[in-house]
Amino acid sequence: MSARAIFTRPARLAAIAPYVWMALFFLVPFGFVLKIALSQTAIAQPPYLPVFDLTAGAGAIKAAFAALSLDNFRLLVSDDLYIFSYLRSLVVALVSTSILLLIGYPIAYGMARLPQRWQAIAMMLVIIPFWTSFLIRIYAWINILQHDGLLNRILLALHLVASPLVWLSTDSAMYLGIVYSYLPFMILPLYAVLAKMDPALLEAAGDLGAEPRSAFWLVTFPLSLPGVAAGVLLCFIPIVGEFVIPDLLAGSDSLMIGQTLWLEFFTNKDWPVASAAAVVLLALLVAPLVFYDRLQRRQLESNH
Amino acid sequence: MAASSRLSRFNIASLALGLAFLYLPIVILVVYSFNASRLVTVWGGWSLHWYGEFFRDEAMLEAASMSFRVAATSATLATLLGTLAAIALSRGERFKGRTLFSGMLYAPLVMPEVITGLSLLLLFVALDAARGFWTVTIAHTSLTLCFVAVVVQSRLGSLDRSLEEAAMDLGCDPARAFVAVTLPLIAPAIAAGWMLAFTLSLDDLVIASFTTGPGSATLPIRIYSEVRLGVQPEINAICTLVIGLIAVVIVVASLVSKLTASRGESAAPL
Repeated sequence: MSARAIFTRPARLAAIAPYVWMALFFLVPFGFVLKIALSQTAIAQPPYLPVFDLTAGAGAIKAAFAALSLDNFRLLVSDDLYIFSYLRSLVVALVSTSILLLIGYPIAYGMARLPQRWQAIAMMLVIIPFWTSFLIRIYAWINILQHDGLLNRILLALHLVASPLVWLSTDSAMYLGIVYSYLPFMILPLYAVLAKMDPALLEAAGDLGAEPRSAFWLVTFPLSLPGVAAGVLLCFIPIVGEFVIPDLLAGSDSLMIGQTLWLEFFTNKDWPVASAAAVVLLALLVAPLVFYDRLQRRQLESNH
Repeated sequence: MAASSRLSRFNIASLALGLAFLYLPIVILVVYSFNASRLVTVWGGWSLHWYGEFFRDEAMLEAASMSFRVAATSATLATLLGTLAAIALSRGERFKGRTLFSGMLYAPLVMPEVITGLSLLLLFVALDAARGFWTVTIAHTSLTLCFVAVVVQSRLGSLDRSLEEAAMDLGCDPARAFVAVTLPLIAPAIAAGWMLAFTLSLDDLVIASFTTGPGSATLPIRIYSEVRLGVQPEINAICTLVIGLIAVVIVVASLVSKLTASRGESAAPL
């Protein structure tokens, strides 16, 4: 047996503890979401009854299954409010991901062309905001965007506007907040791909007569597509379910699905409808999640 | 050809604007936390007044202590479990259930927090668990162990396997080879993973809101409820303290990576 193979068995044993943990605290909870989503609103008021009473035996479990209903999902598709918030979530995620790609690509490209020493510093500077609280960074923007905040005072001082503009509680503020918060998630995977690219490829394109611009579109961009895919998914998926940013920066007249879910859960205390909303949100994200999982696996496991 | 000559003006402009965009709001927040004026937007001179307010705010201090205890406990659990998961994924070759295993580890990285939070809460309610410190800690462990696994796994992947093989050729058994050779090499990644888990836990609002119980609010939960009422100078001070703490953590993390991993591999904390 090779030395490499001797390592395999103990390494597999290492999987047991995290496997059990994630099954119990990540996989199993989805079962409960599904169960609550299918239960009646009336019996589901908190304080909550245990959903599966395992001591009650098979008969009780059968009865529990008989009580399942699709009412909550019917409510979700019959009420414009919910359909609208799903659509809005998708639109917001699409628009912000596009803006992020447009802004993030040139930054990642600039980083990849820096001298080696500076690349490490630039990468550090992009990572630091990733470590800093989302909430605090959104709060920093409220400071700037509020009625008598810095932005309005600068605009007034420069005589660009006659009276303070409304920035908070608008879609522009929300997009600004999303782009600001997710920018590192877009830059890092793009940079990882661009930095690894062999400069000789561009030189070859130049020697063969390509203008720098067409060399970019013919060589650099196509080769960076795995990074583009990673960045897009890393932003798009969580933005669809985003709660904090729209809640603090957007107006309250139209909600994203994360806000609707939050509202149903915390304000209306309607757990079944909140769970049904979560199930639909998850269904929307299954395809991008599977794609992301493949990408991540290929990237992390390619070098073995 | 000097590398810097390849930088176009466009490259420099996009880098400078991008970094300014990322940092300016935080700088403004920090500066305003030292503002003496009660009105957040009027500059009234430098002062530490609002820091004093924070240290007299019992509820806020209690929330901060709760957050720290949760972050330290969950980061430690997550580092243990995440490192085990990374070892299994990068050294276990193919095993039964591997696809599901890696799926369960990668999905939480992008899963909207409202879903993770809600599903965990329903589990805790079904188990009839008292909500508070332990439920939040378990929830944060489940999320952050995935980040630790990714950080450690990418480190394990970049290691030269022949080092482990050499140790075993020289008579080490696998466990000994792992402790003597592999573990010291991945230690910086494990340390960075712990710190990432710590800060992620310290920052989380959504999952903590779902999984905590009455009377045990974390710092972000308190900050959020204050922020909803508008901007307050005391919040500026608290946020600056949190930013300062995280900055210290990052500096320590990068120093640890530098000191222990000067083998020419990139040792960024992510």
